[in-house]
Amino acid sequence: MKAVVHVTLKSGVLDPQGKAVRHALGALGFDGVGDVRQGKYLEIDLAENDPDRARESVEDMCKRLLANTVIEDYVIEIAG
Amino acid sequence: MRAAVIVFPGSNCDRDIQVALRRAAGAPPVMVWHKETSLPAVDLIVLPGGFSYGDYLRCGAMAAHSPVVAEVAARARKGVPVLGICNGFQVLTETGLLPGVLMRNAQLRFVCRTQHLSVETTQSLFTGLYRPGEVIAMPIAHMDGSYFADDDTLRSLRDEDRIAFRYCDARGEGGADANPNGSRDRIAGILNGRRNVLGLMPHPERHADALLGGVDGAALFEGLVRALAA
Repeated sequence: MKAVVHVTLKSGVLDPQGKAVRHALGALGFDGVGDVRQGKYLEIDLAENDPDRARESVEDMCKRLLANTVIEDYVIEIAG
Repeated sequence: MRAAVIVFPGSNCDRDIQVALRRAAGAPPVMVWHKETSLPAVDLIVLPGGFSYGDYLRCGAMAAHSPVVAEVAARARKGVPVLGICNGFQVLTETGLLPGVLMRNAQLRFVCRTQHLSVETTQSLFTGLYRPGEVIAMPIAHMDGSYFADDDTLRSLRDEDRIAFRYCDARGEGGADANPNGSRDRIAGILNGRRNVLGLMPHPERHADALLGGVDGAALFEGLVRALAA
């Protein structure tokens, strides 16, 4: 099965890249853009077929490598 | 003093630190490739600057899981002095040997300049030859050097006298221009609780020879040699 992981900065952690993107969008004439937060998106192919075990395994991956939990949150989606 | 320098794919300050250590200690350090799983008996371990693993995922994240770093962490926990410079500092935060994290510079640009620093504590193996509050200069060269830690962590760093160096101006003062990357509390280098691990973004090894434009970094290596010989 496939897992999709979104890693984003925790709220309250300054995101200068997101801020630069927001300014650039404004410069392009996109009005009404509020806060922009930049993050990472990962697609992971797994041999595991049990969704619960797959989620557990990806959770461990996030904690140990994919996210730095000092500054980042992660969201895991398990797709069939 | 017998030192080991860990070399990762993408390290680029390993040769500079080799020269600086050889000069200070009178003997060359052992260069240890990241795939090694053991380390010789050494008095000091250095994680050099560079761009280990191309900074993939996050700076230092891959190196933190390379085989030799598990042994580095084990030695650090036993009290062996560990020095992480620039990318080495990033690796130390990723392994959890030092708290906090080095984020993208606030101005989103690579910063490469000679930077004034204030010596915030002389109570360590690394900073014993400096004077308290001394203003020194060292080169900095990084894209991800903005030190971030939560308020509780910052408070304990301050309360436990674990901030080793702060960015400052030539007079030793703070202010917007004195902070090259947006680090919280102008932090340039910190110690662990046991004070045997130092991580810093500036490059003492690049200011350890007058030919390179400065010698303020030499005292760090000479101080280590002296402290570890005692």
